[in-house]
Amino acid sequence: MKVRVEVRLKPGVLDPAAETIHRSLDRLGFEDVRSVVQARVFELDVAKTRPEDVLADARAMADRLLANPVVESYRVDLVE
Amino acid sequence: MRAAVITFPGSNCDRDLAVALERVTGQPALRVWHGERELPEVDVVCLPGGFSYGDYLRCGAIAARAPILAPVKAFAARGGRVLGICNGFQMLCETGLLPGALLGNRDGRFVGRWLEVEITGRATDFTRAYGAGAVARLPVAHHDGNYVADDGTLDRLEQEGRVVFRYRSNPNGSARDIAGIVNEAGNVLGLMPHPERAVGAELGSADGALVFRSLLDALA
Repeated sequence: MKVRVEVRLKPGVLDPAAETIHRSLDRLGFEDVRSVVQARVFELDVAKTRPEDVLADARAMADRLLANPVVESYRVDLVE
Repeated sequence: MRAAVITFPGSNCDRDLAVALERVTGQPALRVWHGERELPEVDVVCLPGGFSYGDYLRCGAIAARAPILAPVKAFAARGGRVLGICNGFQMLCETGLLPGALLGNRDGRFVGRWLEVEITGRATDFTRAYGAGAVARLPVAHHDGNYVADDGTLDRLEQEGRVVFRYRSNPNGSARDIAGIVNEAGNVLGLMPHPERAVGAELGSADGALVFRSLLDALA
């Protein structure tokens, strides 16, 4: 079963890369963009069949490695 | 004083650190590979600079979960001195031995140059030889030196005198100009500047030697 973990910086943590992308979009004429958030996505194929087990594993992996709770938040979703 | 220098895949300051340790303390440093599950009998454990595991995921994130870090954490819990420089500082934050995190430099650029740091806060086993208010000339070389933590943590670090190195001119956007901090017990130091690259006049400065000298005095 596949599960998706999305990790992003918490609101208020400065992301210079996202700011640079925002400026570049602005230069391309996309002046209506209010903000840019960059996130990192992990798609994991887990050899388990119960959705609650797979989601619990994904959360444990996010807590222990995939995200740094000091500056990042995450969400997990099953991949249809 | 017996010191161990841990080498990770992608470490590139491990040899310099071992040479600096031997030069200041007179004792050769033990070199330990990241895959080891036990530490040799030592007084100090050093985590070197570099780009461990290619900085994959986050700087220091993979190294912080390497096998050798389990005995390093136990060593720190027993009061053993742990010194993390640059990538080593990032690892210490990732393990939770030090609070906060190190993010990309505010201007998005790698910074490699000499600068001045003030020795501030409480006297520690890593800084006592400097004396309070001293200024050290040290090099920095990093892309991710922007120290961040929530305001409560930053206030606590300041109140407890745990900000022991502070930039005079901030090169990376680091909160409160923080260049180096110690843990609550004072036996774990993480700093972005490279003292091991400044242990003799022919290198541009001998100011970094005082970190190793302080440790030597503390363990005498």
